[in-house]
Amino acid sequence: MELIAELVPPGSRVLDLGCGGGELLAHLRDRRQCSGYGVEIDDANVLACEQRGVNVVQLNLEEGLALFEDKSFDVVLQLDTLQHLRNTEKMLRETARVGRIGIVSFPNFAHWPNRLRVVGGRMPVTRVLPYEWYDTPNIRVGTYADFEVLARRDGLRILDSFGIQNGAVVRRWPNLLASVAVFKFERG
Amino acid sequence: MSTLGDVQPQSMHFAAPLPLKSGAQLRDYTLVYETYGTLAADRRNAVLVCHALNASHHAAGTHDGDPKSEGWWDNLIGPGKPLDTRRFYVISVNNPGSCFGSTGPMHVNPDPAAGGRRYGADFPVVTVEDWVDAQARLIDALGITELAAVLGGSLGGMQALAWSLRYPERLRHCIAVATAPNLSAQNIAFNEVARRAIVTDPDFHGGHYYEHGVVPRRGLRVARMIGHITYLSDDAMEAKFGRDMQAAALGYTTQDIEFQIEGYLRYQGDKFSEYFDANTYLLITRALDYFDPAFAHGGDLTATFAGARSKFLLISFTTDWRFAPARSREIVKALVDNRLDVSYAEIAAPHGHDAFLLEDARYHAVLRARFERIAAETGTTP
Repeated sequence: MELIAELVPPGSRVLDLGCGGGELLAHLRDRRQCSGYGVEIDDANVLACEQRGVNVVQLNLEEGLALFEDKSFDVVLQLDTLQHLRNTEKMLRETARVGRIGIVSFPNFAHWPNRLRVVGGRMPVTRVLPYEWYDTPNIRVGTYADFEVLARRDGLRILDSFGIQNGAVVRRWPNLLASVAVFKFERG
Repeated sequence: MSTLGDVQPQSMHFAAPLPLKSGAQLRDYTLVYETYGTLAADRRNAVLVCHALNASHHAAGTHDGDPKSEGWWDNLIGPGKPLDTRRFYVISVNNPGSCFGSTGPMHVNPDPAAGGRRYGADFPVVTVEDWVDAQARLIDALGITELAAVLGGSLGGMQALAWSLRYPERLRHCIAVATAPNLSAQNIAFNEVARRAIVTDPDFHGGHYYEHGVVPRRGLRVARMIGHITYLSDDAMEAKFGRDMQAAALGYTTQDIEFQIEGYLRYQGDKFSEYFDANTYLLITRALDYFDPAFAHGGDLTATFAGARSKFLLISFTTDWRFAPARSREIVKALVDNRLDVSYAEIAAPHGHDAFLLEDARYHAVLRARFERIAAETGTTP
């Protein structure tokens, strides 16, 4: 969480898509003087946000971000959310529309243990991807390298990107060595 | 069960006329209200509860030890309830034009030209904003400058919103449940059917039925029946009644009750016509129709809320088709556009519009969390 928080400029207006219980928003508010809203679909998470005093809007992200105007946020966060959405590409475009900067993180399917599993003929089951193929909520599996291709295709300019492995930043061969991919981008 | 116990309604008389949105004024009026809990020494723990169409100042507790007399929001208000009266001083006011004690159409018109007649149809048309102004005067008289929160559902939610617009500095939190920024054409249409049912009842006498010693009961019954249908969801009605019959075999009758839903609606209509006033029904449905704060801003809801200052909580229910979630989202958008603090919960409840009055764990948990936050900000402990 701290690694992501450091990407958010202090005092930013932040929209956190799939904000969970509002932990990061509360952290950004308390430590980095940020303000803004979370978007969350789950009742228990909405309640947790309310208990934390974090602004939360209960909304299904699959329905888009019509509630938010163009460039109305400094930063739009989409952490560990993208892979759950059917409309991944649309969501990415919406993120770039609503925020000046977008930050996404998602499980990197090309992390080497995953590659080994696939070479061995099985879908990977790891700490970051703990599900079996038949019950996974990760309906969009992609890799660090795949995202670079999609970003280019959608005209997003990558400002920074790195992998995360065991809580540490991976800048060397992240597509191979990191289980989580992080991208910070703006509309090109 | 009520945790509050017996409560006593109070009343306050106002000699200064209340200027109304229509340009008319309400002279020499009385407001009936109830309070629960204790006002803190710093007077910062007051919460105003606004009532909806057919409710009154009696929001919580019981009257004269009668368990059947529980207030309409008793599941929410009381010691240990989400709106905890050990922490908050709760004020619930009966709006003028109502038929539960505050000055209304059944009271004598103080205008000398009326010659001691009751108001009847001459009661001035009151709006949501007029009610909010009347409530503000009562709050003044109670020595409270700033409310910790204003809370309401449905038409009560409209009053909470109106508070945030008319008196932005006087409330810290605005909690609006199952409400809308205005009524849709379909909603106005339902109200109009109800009004026509009342007005065309031969016992209506142009609204001066008191003098004739009659009540337009048939109209009131039909008005209540149509209203009641719109407060329930299709699914809730199906689950409760389905096509259940009154008797084992069809009676091949067009006028007797065949289906249980018919019996239920007639019962609700009968009950309502015993205690509710027809002129009040006309006035309150009109206040609903007229509520449209964005009208003065060319329909721009974002511009409407530009002056709001409070923190907001909006709640809607998925099966509420009379005040649908999409209408609450319009308000959320306007608040977000203005960078105001707002949270919005959309509760998956099967009961339709009525859900705002019912005890639903997820709904009440969100309200409880908000009031705990408000109490922490206010510095009140039980």
